[in-house]
Amino acid sequence: MKRWIPHPLLAAALFIMWLLLNQSVSPGHVVLGAVVALLASRAMAALRPEPVRLASVTPVLELAGLVLADVIRSNLAVARAVLFPRPRVSGFVRVPLDLTNIHGLTVLSCIVTATPGTLWVQFDRTSGVLLIHVLDLIDEEAWVRLLKTRYEARLLRIFAQ
Amino acid sequence: MIEAPDLPVWAALLVGLLVVGGAAFALIGSLGLLRLRSFYDRVHAPTLGSTLGVALIVTGSMLCFSVLQSKTLVHELMIFILVSLTTPVTLMLLARAALYRDRTSGSGDVPLTDDDASN
Amino acid sequence: MTTLALAIAITAAQIMLGLAMGCAAWRTFLGPRAQDRILGLDTLYVNGMLLLLTFGIQTGRTIYFEASLIIALLGSVGTVALAKFLMRGEVIE
Repeated sequence: MKRWIPHPLLAAALFIMWLLLNQSVSPGHVVLGAVVALLASRAMAALRPEPVRLASVTPVLELAGLVLADVIRSNLAVARAVLFPRPRVSGFVRVPLDLTNIHGLTVLSCIVTATPGTLWVQFDRTSGVLLIHVLDLIDEEAWVRLLKTRYEARLLRIFAQ
Repeated sequence: MIEAPDLPVWAALLVGLLVVGGAAFALIGSLGLLRLRSFYDRVHAPTLGSTLGVALIVTGSMLCFSVLQSKTLVHELMIFILVSLTTPVTLMLLARAALYRDRTSGSGDVPLTDDDASN
Repeated sequence: MTTLALAIAITAAQIMLGLAMGCAAWRTFLGPRAQDRILGLDTLYVNGMLLLLTFGIQTGRTIYFEASLIIALLGSVGTVALAKFLMRGEVIE
């Protein structure tokens, strides 16, 4: 199993993408998609990416729900900030992270940047300090706490270190 | 220019609301691009269009084509996935480039080096 | 009646997206620095992609979907290349 499908998650994602693009689940497309997914994920193995190891799957759904709610809420907040400008302070915040898994960091960076109002600027791998920019900065500590308890704790549980 | 697909009332209502809502978010995001003061503030604005704006319009499009062809079509999800994966990467790179330029030219109130991370 | 209402809604959305593209283009034109122009360009293509999707809904043709898929896939490449170019710090204003 491990030898034939070196990257099962990647292969599954490619397979679903193929079916979505062709808009059909006919047997022909299923077979062709499976072949493409297997070959492409084996080609990917030549690049030697760090394998994704999930320690736990249940927090994934929890995290997805949280991110959805946060994106909608901060969309409304930023829309309000644009339409009805009021004096506000924006600035940089430094967040010390315990997360070291590269896939976990990737997911975190996508979450932070996709949420309007926060922007991932730079991460220093040696010191583990992340620099983010916040549009509506009221309490620096609150942002650090929010990022660490809301996202990082769950990502630490999802990805095996 | 005035034309529209022939949809049942409930679908027409939903599609109309979703499309107008998505367009409104995209417009507010682009307006923010003009109204916000500094570059780092402005980077936040386009995310409005590329998260909720894209999500709403893509949902409207999926609903419209699913009703028109009377089968479930979800291939528009691809657009949503691609946009929500690529936009954070581009904005992150752009912010880092801007930070680098501000640091080298010494302009603006940006954190200078990573060494003062402890305070 | 419903068709007319939907047509008006879609046209309104298209006008809004057109205005959004105008805002992004104006920021690209205005600057003041190179990163602002790139940000404007990035917003411009996302808005353009959304406009194409609304044209797809309006006409019921799937060809617009293909076009917006290509923009979603490749639009970011230009922004990434420009940002990388800025990162080298060799652009003198």
